[in-house]
Amino acid sequence: MIEAILGKKLGMTNIFIDNQCVTVTVVQAGDCYVTQKKVVEKDGYDAIQIGFGDKKKFRETKPLNGHFKKAGTGAFYHLKEFRSGDQSDLKPGQKITAKDIFEVGDVIDVTGTSKGKGFAGVMKRHNFSGGPGGHGSKHGRAPGSIGQSASPSKVFKGVKMPGQMGNKRVTVQNLKIVGIKEAENIVLIKGSVPGSINSVFELKKSIKR
Amino acid sequence: MSTVVADLEREYLRDDLPEFRPGDTVIVNVRIKEGEKERIQAYEGVVLRKRGGGTRASFTVRKVSYGTGVERIFPLHSPAIASITVKTEGRARRARLYFLRALKGKAAKQMIKKRR
Repeated sequence: MIEAILGKKLGMTNIFIDNQCVTVTVVQAGDCYVTQKKVVEKDGYDAIQIGFGDKKKFRETKPLNGHFKKAGTGAFYHLKEFRSGDQSDLKPGQKITAKDIFEVGDVIDVTGTSKGKGFAGVMKRHNFSGGPGGHGSKHGRAPGSIGQSASPSKVFKGVKMPGQMGNKRVTVQNLKIVGIKEAENIVLIKGSVPGSINSVFELKKSIKR
Repeated sequence: MSTVVADLEREYLRDDLPEFRPGDTVIVNVRIKEGEKERIQAYEGVVLRKRGGGTRASFTVRKVSYGTGVERIFPLHSPAIASITVKTEGRARRARLYFLRALKGKAAKQMIKKRR
């Protein structure tokens, strides 16, 4: 079995475990279906392509409909390849659910697209402290110095400046699974995951496990 | 909120607790774990506020202990609460009784006393 699955954020809530209040993200993970199996001989590498999020066939393009037909599955909004894990037991069209891969207590990494914050200043984007608000200070939320003078007479690469914040692929590591509901494919993850409600992300077994 | 999340919360909601409002004097019996043993501790005071919905709902209870004001916030649906008894019903004209913090003794009592 591969070691990853696609999921959708449904929301967050609190639940009680051992009389303790635990904040969880409610994730719908699966059903996913194997849409293609890539092999070294043909594709140059081994990978499992899985589809998530049922899509009506008439909304899909003909080439992709042909791709899904080959696997014997319906159409999907999201396709993703995963290379980790044992792939020998998977064949195209096979269903993968969260409980096939994870169990309660597992530690996972979640990779998704974070919420976009637009063009943000240094205080919001890099946690700069900003200047004093009063006493005639004109510093405000400005970044301040971005380097030295005649030597080196340039601004070094990678200096923290304002710019686009969020809407970026990020991974949150070492999140714990505190509950799995088999019937509805619901996974409860302790803590928060990147992205807004209804955003889709990857749930992978933790690399630091 | 997504219905899935609401359904999930419903499993954790408690319906065995009595209704109470800000201004009521309540006794909260809390389960406390000491090593292997579990015992129940009573905490008595005035409800200052109730907030939140679903599993996130909580309430604040204030008591004056040896002259020092103590406030404790309980998650309303926590399994750590063994039971709640309403000792006296109060009469509060607002939902948040923070002004009680400034009052002492009889003055505080008078503000939440039920008039007939």
